[in-house]
Formats: sequence, structure tokens, C-alpha cells
Amino acid sequence: MVRFLTRRVLVGVATIIAISIIVFGLFFAVPSSPAKVMCGKNCDPASIAAVETKLGLREPITTQYTEFMKGIFVGRTYSKGTPFEQHCEAPCFGFSFRNNESVSAIVARTLPVTMSIVVGAAVLWLLFGVSLGMISALRRGTVFDKLAIGVSLAGASMQVFFFGLILLFAFVYFTGWLPFPSYTPLTENPAKWASGLILPWVTLGFLNSAIYARLSRAQMLETLSEDYVRTARAKGLPLRRVYTKHALRAAITPIVTIAGLDIGASLGGTFITETIFGLRGLGKETVEAVQFLNLPIVVATVLLAAVFIVVANLIVDVLYAVIDPRVRLS
Amino acid sequence: MTAPASAPKSPATSDSGPYLQVNDLRVQFPTEDGVVKAVDGVSFSVERGQTLGIVGESGSGKSVTSLTVMGLHNSKRARISGQILVGGRNVVGMSEEQTRRLRGRDMSMIFQDPLSALHPYFKVGAQIAEAYKVHHPNASKSEAKKRAVDMLGRVGIPQPARRADSYPHEFSGGMRQRAMIAMALVNDPDLLIADEPTTALDVTVQAQILDLLEDLQREFNSAIIMITHDLGVVAQVADDVLVMYGGRAVEFGSVEQVMRRPQHPYTWGLLASVPSLHGDADADLVPIKGNPPSLINLPSGCAFNPRCRYAGRNGDRSFTEVPELHQVLERGHLVACHLSEADSKKFYAEDIAPSAGVAQ
Repeated sequence: MVRFLTRRVLVGVATIIAISIIVFGLFFAVPSSPAKVMCGKNCDPASIAAVETKLGLREPITTQYTEFMKGIFVGRTYSKGTPFEQHCEAPCFGFSFRNNESVSAIVARTLPVTMSIVVGAAVLWLLFGVSLGMISALRRGTVFDKLAIGVSLAGASMQVFFFGLILLFAFVYFTGWLPFPSYTPLTENPAKWASGLILPWVTLGFLNSAIYARLSRAQMLETLSEDYVRTARAKGLPLRRVYTKHALRAAITPIVTIAGLDIGASLGGTFITETIFGLRGLGKETVEAVQFLNLPIVVATVLLAAVFIVVANLIVDVLYAVIDPRVRLS
Repeated sequence: MTAPASAPKSPATSDSGPYLQVNDLRVQFPTEDGVVKAVDGVSFSVERGQTLGIVGESGSGKSVTSLTVMGLHNSKRARISGQILVGGRNVVGMSEEQTRRLRGRDMSMIFQDPLSALHPYFKVGAQIAEAYKVHHPNASKSEAKKRAVDMLGRVGIPQPARRADSYPHEFSGGMRQRAMIAMALVNDPDLLIADEPTTALDVTVQAQILDLLEDLQREFNSAIIMITHDLGVVAQVADDVLVMYGGRAVEFGSVEQVMRRPQHPYTWGLLASVPSLHGDADADLVPIKGNPPSLINLPSGCAFNPRCRYAGRNGDRSFTEVPELHQVLERGHLVACHLSEADSKKFYAEDIAPSAGVAQ
């Protein structure tokens, strides 16, 4: 188990380093010079040169990369020894080209919003979607099953913006039962946090539930036809026990994988949901940064999203090994 | 070792006579394409300490029969009629809860592929202990574990206390099947159904497993149904043999009668497709031509007629009339074939006996 873990962690670290190199390459791949973007229109060559010097763009690429990585871990100081000296605390991703705000501060402001949306929605879709799928597999062919399939088909074919707007109209504009979604930190006021986020949770949660219901139904049906489920029945175990102990554990395994990856990927930003409900999350921030070629933010958010996915992968691998003893060997 | 006090088994209504008696069993599955008649009027019985071999190709109804005896078919999807008396209690029409109590305690089952039949996520010992505990709710965890280790030792697994903590994938194929047998026997069942228990194993391991089953049968005095398509297995372990085709019994008798003096052309076909140690080494095996029939749309008359060399020797009865089991030659030897006794004796002596494999 220790060897298994070490190997997975090493692979994860290598992946993140590789991604950081690629992301860093963005600075050079985009068809405009970062210095020009930062300096603004009507910038004379002297100012551009000054900016380039400040950002270290005149150094060799390798030095720039090591400076960039060093900044993430220990912080760095721009324009050292000049009147424009600017220190950037670790983790340093530089400053926004637009308003010179520290990228770390922007991430620290927007990430909790996205995290709150994703965690709440994930709880909903895992609880609701997976149990719906499991129950309809056990009641295959009944009215419940057919209804569940119908609802999940409808859900799976709907779009976030459409469903979200319907909910907004129904619960905010029309009935006024809920306040317009807003973000309040959980630590500040938990009740307000929840009531402000319930619509995004339901929107994202319901649409993902549909996919998870279909997935878990299929998994459960497949598991129920496995020989070892028949063995469990042949032993004389009560059906409830056969389902909850023998079938569920096997059926849930692939769902763990997909849920881990889905949650990891969503943490990188849920742009559409954030936009509909006017929440300034990581996704919205990233898309805006891309529009304005605000490279430090793009680099930071892309790297962060990659880290989320790698970490989610790692967690899934470990969970998998805990669930399935056959994985521990290989 | 002594068997620990077992939960009192519900008293059987009759102690004498066969432990398992199946009368005119019919199992049908309605599907969109039509009704699958998987088992169509099969009767047989097995006594304690005896082994019945059920032989037939895939789709002959042998596995469906055994699963029906165990009550493992979904009563909503299968139409079951007839009688299955297990120790005098009729399993047909019993509630799920009632059959569940019999399963694993009074009757248990060994499956074909032990790797897929054991749960990959649970330790072997825990799976056996679970089978014990479900029928001995008062037994403690450690008692159940101890019982599991005892059983693993009894089926010949070395270092059973250590191996009980292994997972099925850490066992070899033969060991897995031994573990499966330990699990099936943990509650001293009176009836053991073995569904092709050696098909997935190496030939050398096959013989070990069959020996083990015979030893355990002597020890537990249980009735065994051995389902197989391997006539060698039948010749080795069975007392009686039931040959099934298209969901019906086509020949029944003692192993001696069916293997040495088979009367049904289908049994001849099975025998001719088995290599013989004593026959001509260059002689080709004779497969039965054609495929097993569709159970939705059986051929009219004798279901075997499209594949039978001898169909039509007795007027057109083979094509119009379903042959009933009737006694031939000796007491207890039943055959469902339209051939006259004299004809079948003659064809067997001329065509089959010189080349057929087993027990010559």
C-alpha cells in the first residue's frame, strides 16, 4: 500500500510539473506580448521595455520558468532595486494586468465560491442521483423505474443555463421564495451561505443526478447479474443484505472514479452556473481573464484546475485500492 | 472435529424415501419473442448419500432445473409448475423468505467458475463465515470464523487459518473451488447441487475436486446432483444419470445402464463425441451434428429429430408425437424414444458400441 501510494504521488507530481511547463508556455504562445497588454494602448517602446524588464521577460526562458516556480513556493520580488520594487508573497502568480491586484488574492476570493457551489451540488447529485439509479435497478421494469429513467433522460438532455433560468424565474422572480443567489462565506453566516447557493446547487445537482442515476442504474444491473451475487443468494442471505453488502460495494466502485474526476474538474470552475447566478467564482474569473489576455490569472487558474484534477485522480486511486483488494497488488 | 450445534432444522415431513423429489417440473420464461420452455415436465429423485448426474448440452435445461430447485429464479419472471420436494417440503410456490431459509442450510450449490462466483472484494474466510452466520444467528463472529477455518482445512486447503484471510484472486483455480465447496458445506446441507464444478479447472485438479466431493459425501451423507456435460465426470461419480435434451428428460437410469447400454440416440451421440482410451487411436470422434434447438420453438414431435440419424424409422411418429419416457430393457432404465427396443439394440451394437468412448 505504501509503495502503491508513493508511486501514485510521484506520478501526480510529475504530471503537475509537466502541466506547469505547458501553461508557462502560454506567456510565449499567445500572439501578443504580455508587456503590451499590461502597458495598455499608446504605449511607447521605452515603457514596454520597462515593463518587460519588470516582468523578467528579457531573461532566458529557463530562468523565467525557475523564477516563476520559485515565486509559487517562496515568493518573489519584481523590479528589485528600482523605485518600482514590488514584493509578491508566496504563492506568487504575479499581478493582474488590469488592476495590479495579486493573483493569489483573486484566487483566494473566487475559489471558495466555486468550491461552495461544487461541494453542495456534488452532495446532492451523489445522494440523489446514485440512490435513484440503484433503487430503479432493484425495481427494474416497475413504474418507479420507468419514471426514474424518464426523469433522468430529461435531466441529461437539459442544459445548465436553461434549467437554471427556469429555476430563477420560478423561485426568485415569480414567487419570491428565494433571494437572488449570492455568496456569503460559510464561516460568516451558514444559513445565508446555504440559502444564497441553493439554486446553483439544485441546478448543477439535478442535471448531474440525471447522469449519475443512469450510470448507477446500469452499474447495479450489471452487478446484479454477476455470479457472486447469485452465490450470495444461494448462501441464504436475505435479499436486503445481498443488495446492500454484496452488490452495492461492487456497483459503487466505478461511480467513485467518475465522481472523483467530475468533482475535481468542476472545482476548476463552473463557468455557466456562475454566470447565470451572477456569482464571481473561479470559472467566471478565468473566462474573463482569457478575454482580456490577463495571462497571470489564466496561468494560475489553469494550473490550479490541473492540480485539482491530479489530486482528485490520486484520491480516486487510493479509494479504489481501499474498495477493491485486487488493485493493491498491481 | 465435531460439528458445532447447528440451528434446529425444520423437521422434514418424511424421513424415508428420496431427500429430493422433483415431479413434472415445468419452468417457462415469457419473453418478447415467445415463451421459453426451459424445463418441460422433468421428474427425478435423489436419495441421501446418492449422486445423480444430469447430462446435456448447453440449453438443455439442466442449469435451469438446478436453479429452480434452489429457488433462485425470480418468481415474477419465471412460470414454475410441478413439485420440488426437499425433505418433504414443496419448494414450488414457497415464499422467498421460506426458500431463503432452506438455501445454504438444507440445500446448497457449487458453481462452475469459482473466480466469478466468489466475491472479489471479501476475504475467503469471511465469505464462508457469512454463510455460516446467516443460518446460525446466535453464533459469535469468532465461532463463525473458526468454523470457516475448520471447513477450509477439511476441504484440503493447507494452512487454513492463514489462507482464510486471503482474497479469492490470491487462490489458484483448484483452491478457489475448494473454498467454494467449503462454503457450500459449512452448514452440513442434505442436498448439494454442483453445477459443472470442474469445467473451469485443469484436468489434474478436476480429479482432485471430484475425489474431494466423494469423500465429503461419505462423511456428510448428503444427496448430490452433479450437473455436467462431461460424461467422464458422470462415469466417475454418479449413481444415477439423467440425460436432458431441449428441456426434457430423454434417458434415465443407473450409471451402468446409461453408460453401458444407452438406448437413446442422443446419449449415443454424447458417448461418441468422447474420446476412448481403449478404442482405435486414429478413429475420429463423431460430433452430434447441428445445434441444440431453440427452446421457444422446439421441433415438433421428438425435439431431437432434426439431428437424429434414426428419426423416422418408426413411421412418422418422430415428427408428430412427443415421445414419453418409458421403461426399456431393465427396471429403472427409462428412455423417451420412438425406436423399438430391438432396433435400438441393433443400431447401438452396430454403429455405436465399436467406437464409443466411455466405459467400454
